[in-house]
Amino acid sequence: MPELIAKSALEGRSLNLGGVSLAEVDVGPITSVAVLPGGAKTVARGLKALGLAMPEPNTFVEKKGLRIVWTGREQAFLIGAESPVLEGAAVTDQSDGWAVLSLSGPAAADVLARLVPMDLRIVACPVGTALRSQLNHMNAVILRTGDYAFEIMVFRSMARTAWHELETATHMVAARAGVKI
Amino acid sequence: MRLTCPLCGDRDRREFYYYGAEDYLHRPAEGAPLADLDNYLHLRDNPAGVTKDLWYHEAGCSQWLLVTRNTVTHEISGVELVAGRKA
Repeated sequence: MPELIAKSALEGRSLNLGGVSLAEVDVGPITSVAVLPGGAKTVARGLKALGLAMPEPNTFVEKKGLRIVWTGREQAFLIGAESPVLEGAAVTDQSDGWAVLSLSGPAAADVLARLVPMDLRIVACPVGTALRSQLNHMNAVILRTGDYAFEIMVFRSMARTAWHELETATHMVAARAGVKI
Repeated sequence: MRLTCPLCGDRDRREFYYYGAEDYLHRPAEGAPLADLDNYLHLRDNPAGVTKDLWYHEAGCSQWLLVTRNTVTHEISGVELVAGRKA
């Protein structure tokens, strides 16, 4: 079999404007862990071996480069390394299904606020928050990774649309900051 | 309008999809009289006051929600997961 080369959705595109950096990031393998009925205990044991646990709703936890993100009832994404077999859960590889963008800088929250119907101020959305919400009309998982940093996961097929939305909003925020009243 | 999803918290209306009356949760058993099926599929109350209906959190946790609301005051008095409900 010929050697196949993995290509990212946006080929590592990046943008710096008005103190905001937008870039595609490679987060490594993404695995969905969906707990089967009655499987909570064995899954907890399996995750404990990795130093992790099923996350609380609307949160994610990071440990030693491994990240576990709440993505729904009895469901999480394990990101950063291949998942071991977890007894009691449906474990499926989702790596190729997602595109991940990082948005950072002092005005990052202002940019996202134009597209996401959530309160993204640090008081309402502290570091460690994982939101399943919308980026304009697109379903997205939004992670608060730092005081001035977010990571946004969208379906890979929506990557260029998501980029366009975020790029446009970044330009608008930068333009707004340049207007003297 | 905002709904407080039991999992996601307080969310905007645009994240949800309206399905219909709570009646959809009470499907008649197999072999039930035709009148019951007719009722289940077609006949709905139209109350001025408290009503219960199903909403889908399509842009959030993808859960079905049972929402209790008042059609007169627009008050939302309860949102619960259909999945966690005791039948």
